Amino acid sequence: MSFELHREKFPCRISEVEIGAGVAGNGQRFLQVGGASTLPFLSFDGPSGHLPVIGMEVWDVVPELWPAPLENIFGPVAGDPVEWARHCAREWGAEFICLRLRGADPELSDASPEACATLARDVLDATGVPLVVLGCGNDAKDNVVLQKVSETCAGRRCLIGPVTSDNYRTIAAAAMVNGHLVIAQSPVDVNMQKQICVLLNDLGVPQTQIVMDPTTGGLGYGLEYTYSVMERVRLAALQGESSLALPMIVFCGFEAWRAKEAKTGPTDGVVQGVAWEALTAGTLLQAGADMVVMLHPEATRVVREHVKVLAGGEMAL
Amino acid sequence: MILIGERINGLFRDVAEAIQAKNPEPIQRLAVTQTEAGATYLDINTGPAVADPAAVMPWLVKTVEEVVDTPLCIDAAKLPAIEAGLKAVTKSRPIINSTIAEREQLEKYLTMARDYGAYLIALTMNRRGVSRDAADRLAMAMEIVVTADELGFSVSDLFIDPLVLPVNVGQEHAVEVLETIRQIKTLADPPPRTVVGLSNVSQGCPHRLLLNRTFASMAMASGLDAAIADVFDTQLVETVAAGRVLLNKEIYSDAFLQSVKKMSPK
Repeated sequence: MSFELHREKFPCRISEVEIGAGVAGNGQRFLQVGGASTLPFLSFDGPSGHLPVIGMEVWDVVPELWPAPLENIFGPVAGDPVEWARHCAREWGAEFICLRLRGADPELSDASPEACATLARDVLDATGVPLVVLGCGNDAKDNVVLQKVSETCAGRRCLIGPVTSDNYRTIAAAAMVNGHLVIAQSPVDVNMQKQICVLLNDLGVPQTQIVMDPTTGGLGYGLEYTYSVMERVRLAALQGESSLALPMIVFCGFEAWRAKEAKTGPTDGVVQGVAWEALTAGTLLQAGADMVVMLHPEATRVVREHVKVLAGGEMAL
Repeated sequence: MILIGERINGLFRDVAEAIQAKNPEPIQRLAVTQTEAGATYLDINTGPAVADPAAVMPWLVKTVEEVVDTPLCIDAAKLPAIEAGLKAVTKSRPIINSTIAEREQLEKYLTMARDYGAYLIALTMNRRGVSRDAADRLAMAMEIVVTADELGFSVSDLFIDPLVLPVNVGQEHAVEVLETIRQIKTLADPPPRTVVGLSNVSQGCPHRLLLNRTFASMAMASGLDAAIADVFDTQLVETVAAGRVLLNKEIYSDAFLQSVKKMSPK
């Protein structure tokens, strides 16, 4: 008697987006993300799209009060974001760089839009990998900063944001005009995730230029909420919710290292923060994350190997 | 519930004239505007005035497919016109509209639908006419389902139309149609789908749009899957959008009225 596998068939497919664009001379790489017709890593059910991509986060200002494991690694480069980004791309295998423009915050260094935009372009030129650019979280400032970044990096297909249902027009319009993609963010809420995606569709942003950020909760700090929202979003999308049929990005490094558990524990052997970060990422990969933003190089390596194993490769841990 | 735009039909004078003059522009405009208004499918019918529907249907299909990706509902009284339309379709899986529940005709249409990979609308009426009540309609629905099953046509690709009559001439029918819609789902697993020609309910009545959208929401609550309707009636489209959210068919968002226009066919 033969055994027949029950295959789960879904009618719809997650849109496929392309981040990064080649420029003459430096041959910048680009990434394809999304495209799944089934749940993550269940390739026996159907085409599972592109494998998740693993990038690393870089800050424009030296972080205050960093946990020792991060300080030890990034100390030498933390004052120079371009060098930091180059390390991530060349030494630590980041498939993309996520530049967090914290310094633009009027409460911090209040960096000018021009300075932020120049930095973004320098990082792009120095690394040769696609770029995600995050604002500082102040809506008014982000509107001018990300608009300037869009113009300065025109045509390079950066992923820019986040935008929310309260603040999306300026950034989304600038991104569209200059050929970038936008991050549609919701506060761990499936209804609001749909809301921002519908609003962006209405504005005319194509499905191939949106990536969703359901807001990451780190391990022990809301991870299960993020997981269930992502799972619901992905299942609804595969079953026909076309406005949610988009790839998702998660910020595991940033969120995991905010946990007090990540900052404590033994400092030799397995670093607890690295495990915390890798577990956060490993969990959200199962929920459908297409782009994972990491911080610590060792956690990045572990997660990259984990993806290979889940995709049917050899264990190399 | 999905909406099948009813407007590309030779019964409307502008469409009849466009067909007569082989002028694609008015038809293409209707294809685009109905799609933008929320039509998930577009019904296309040459109308009764055309001498040879089988010659006109392929032109209509091509004209519409040139400007939209919206799938088509090929609507004709005779089989050759439908088959000519099916042959011309190049994009999405079409719906055939329609056959009556008379064994011989049912077999021909089911075979054609199976061979062309199309959905099929089957009416719960036969040569003796429209059924009186829900029991009558269900008996014919059962015949349709059984025949489909015998011919290897997937029952879930059937759209059964329980036939809505104008409320001013057959007031007792509306409630029987609602009951039929509810019970059709118990006929098979997976069940057949249901469709109605919504505007029929208000034919010849005043306050047509009010009657249409009231019946639409009642039928949705009874489980109706599709309606051939006037998608330019904004309040109807909005009623359907609200209904989809209230019936938990679609994830709620504050922009649920905008999102109806992005509904994907299911």
